[in-house]
Amino acid sequence: MTNPIVDIEKAKVILVIGSNTTENHPVISSYIKRAVKFKGAKLIVIDPRKIKLTLFSEKWLRPLPGTNVAWINGLIHVIIKEKLFDAEFIKKRTIDFDKLEKSIEKFTPDYVESITGIKKEDLIEVARLYAQAKPGTILYCMGITQHTSGTDNVKSLANLAMLCGNLGIEGGGVNPLRGQNNVQGACDMGGLPNVFTGYQAVTDPNIKTRIEKTWNVKGLSIKPGLTATEMIPAAGEGHIKSLYIMGENPLVSDPDITHVEKCFKALDFLVVQDIFITETAQMADVILPATCFAEKEGTFTNTERRVQRVRKAVHAPGKALGDWEIICRLSTHMGVPLTYQNSREIMDEIAMVTPSYRGITYERLETENLHWPCPDLKHPGTPVLHKDTFPHGKGVFHGIDYIPSTEKTNKTYPLLLTTGRVLYHYHTGTMTMQTQGLNEMSPECFIEITPEDAGTYNIMDGEMIQITSKRGSVQAIAKFSPKAVNGTVFMPFHFAKAAANKLTSTKLDPVSKIPELKVCAVKLNRIKIDA
Amino acid sequence: MKNNKSITINGNQFSFRPEDTILEVAQRNGIFIPTLCHLKGTTPTGACRVCMVEVKGARSLVASCAAPAMDGMDVQTESSDVIRSRKLTISLLLSSGHHDCLLCPATGDCVLQQLAYRYKVSGTQFEASNARYPLENVNPFIIRDFSKCVLCGRCVQACNDIQVNNAIDLGYRGSAAKVVTAGDRSLKDSDCVFCGECIQACPVGALYPKDALNKPRYGETQKIRTTCSYCGVGCQMHLHVKDNLVQKVTGVDTAPNNGSLCVKGRFGYDFIASKDRLTTPLIRKKGKFCDASWDEALTLVAKKFTQIQKKHGSDSIGVLTSARITNEDNYIAQKFTRAILKTNNIDHCARL
Repeated sequence: MTNPIVDIEKAKVILVIGSNTTENHPVISSYIKRAVKFKGAKLIVIDPRKIKLTLFSEKWLRPLPGTNVAWINGLIHVIIKEKLFDAEFIKKRTIDFDKLEKSIEKFTPDYVESITGIKKEDLIEVARLYAQAKPGTILYCMGITQHTSGTDNVKSLANLAMLCGNLGIEGGGVNPLRGQNNVQGACDMGGLPNVFTGYQAVTDPNIKTRIEKTWNVKGLSIKPGLTATEMIPAAGEGHIKSLYIMGENPLVSDPDITHVEKCFKALDFLVVQDIFITETAQMADVILPATCFAEKEGTFTNTERRVQRVRKAVHAPGKALGDWEIICRLSTHMGVPLTYQNSREIMDEIAMVTPSYRGITYERLETENLHWPCPDLKHPGTPVLHKDTFPHGKGVFHGIDYIPSTEKTNKTYPLLLTTGRVLYHYHTGTMTMQTQGLNEMSPECFIEITPEDAGTYNIMDGEMIQITSKRGSVQAIAKFSPKAVNGTVFMPFHFAKAAANKLTSTKLDPVSKIPELKVCAVKLNRIKIDA
Repeated sequence: MKNNKSITINGNQFSFRPEDTILEVAQRNGIFIPTLCHLKGTTPTGACRVCMVEVKGARSLVASCAAPAMDGMDVQTESSDVIRSRKLTISLLLSSGHHDCLLCPATGDCVLQQLAYRYKVSGTQFEASNARYPLENVNPFIIRDFSKCVLCGRCVQACNDIQVNNAIDLGYRGSAAKVVTAGDRSLKDSDCVFCGECIQACPVGALYPKDALNKPRYGETQKIRTTCSYCGVGCQMHLHVKDNLVQKVTGVDTAPNNGSLCVKGRFGYDFIASKDRLTTPLIRKKGKFCDASWDEALTLVAKKFTQIQKKHGSDSIGVLTSARITNEDNYIAQKFTRAILKTNNIDHCARL
């Protein structure tokens, strides 16, 4: 997030896009609801499902899945034509406004309606709402990123925020809500194929030399590696021979898992390090037992870039060890001893090699709230990014065209499927499904559908049905829901027994390599029962 | 900014901010005024009458949680009139239901119990009234014991003003008053999403986690502060630990969550002590997993990685680190991948 969570209550207008916040980030949703109920903020929800937040919203727009760039450009079109933009911000802080102007020319409200299904009057009203109340915050989640146009979607939102001068100010910002406890930290720590910690490019020879010196090694590779969504197919093609997987369960979480399974089978050697024998671990050659958050010391970095302590509360079961301890021991077994006394020593090394974490220490975290960048020990951290300048000086507007999703409905697969989470479970359920009460509230997979669509296929509420895409087929119960909208069905991806990801597509965004999990053409069938 | 307006509490002068209540000035300056119904961050309701104080010149005692501080105000927080009033209020509250501390899961952490002790009220002054409503336990997480409810309204405010789930409100009138869901249905059939904010707000033993009766009570456990391991909000939480087991989870009143949690964070901790946890390295031998020592398992992994590296090159190995493990874990994972495996094939599940 460019801005801290508390800023949500300072916003006058809140745009929530592709985030079912009350179920996926419940505590953040309270900030949104309080802003509306007590602070008079106007909430705009843009989502293909009629999610709970729509009960609090001034406007709910329902675009066809996969058409985000079109309606964002539509909003920009209206704001420019009606001269509602922040001319001073654009002049002082940005470049290439002309490119943006040119690229949105064709996105008239009529044209946008023809692509997205959003009525032109609604589009114009929302454009005015967002542009005329300042500060305005944009909150988004996987409904924006899990598309083949994910990168374009995010850039378009940045265009919209810069256009109205909503960056670098309290209560504004472009704010992705991160879905996993330390997904921000994993990225910050260089758990990515193209960067070291703090997003320092592996291809930069100067950075490489500096890191080699600190680590006292030679010959670091300057060739960017493969992403997770590339590594797995590469295993299927024989380029990757071995995978070492920690705390992940691709056999439930990744798209087209029938294919994932095939790829794993092609591996020479699979090592899985986890706290449970997950679906993925069952395919491993070696399973290594790790500790969970309650059994270790360390830090997580949350969605607002705040680095926070994790503390050991109980002892690990059996021989389980902390993840870094296992890796260090393995390294020693490979002939290169890697030794640290404790996690504090590792944090000190992180601070040494990472400019944005340089001022962060365990001592400071005891009493201070630190958001990175925190470049030195005296620095108070940076809750709001881009206050005076952007990383490259001026903010760059990008002209972005709408590229339709390649996954389309047709006669055979007439409905669109989107996937996501429910309130009572987390990711592939390895943790939440251990709590009986959570299972009681959400016992099994379902296919959320409108009664009208169900009527078309003669499906009854609660009936076990079959859902099929080009890639696979699973069975789950039909659930009539006020959240559903005609033409689109929804399935949670938590449940291995009826894994939604048997259906989903592996098509990737060309830049971010995020799979298109939010658009998948499907058909529904009643299950024939033999008499 | 210099503020020359002041209020006198128990003979000492204090400055105050506009919109401060008497209670807020007192709390900020370490002066004890008891309260059952006041909930930080919400509008005062003045429901419990325990926070009454004496204000010079006022016709009667004043509810300090609702009365704004004013220039020249002279307040006594423990005068004989105040204490008489408090004793009566506490006595009436104790007679209003079934306050049996011996068998109450809130013992030690109950404001009413603390006040009864402080003001030496035994609860025998008035005859106890019978509980009007039966205990509700037909949901997976929360027990509602109406016989212990003092109708302070904190749970209602927690639900409507903090979490804004709008699942409960005060219903019925007079002695029939009760905290109700829409249509007075059970929580399971209401808008309740089991965030448990109401449990944390309850000053007595009227709301508690379903398993609390089989768990150690307040004072028996040790609190360890940590960060929630579910979504990316990073809620600060206390793990209440006894006998190497997490017994309860509560939210910490600090950023980013200010005490709030969701159903997963508050109740979804059974996985920690699950009997299904992995406790030993396992090696697949002839299709079956066999227990192994760390030395055995890591020797095998090291040997295989080295072989594959030699035969197929460094880029034939990939590492998937994790968005669930710590920064320190991730840092070591990428260092190992880059410095020892000599490849940049490292990624995690951010995209999924």
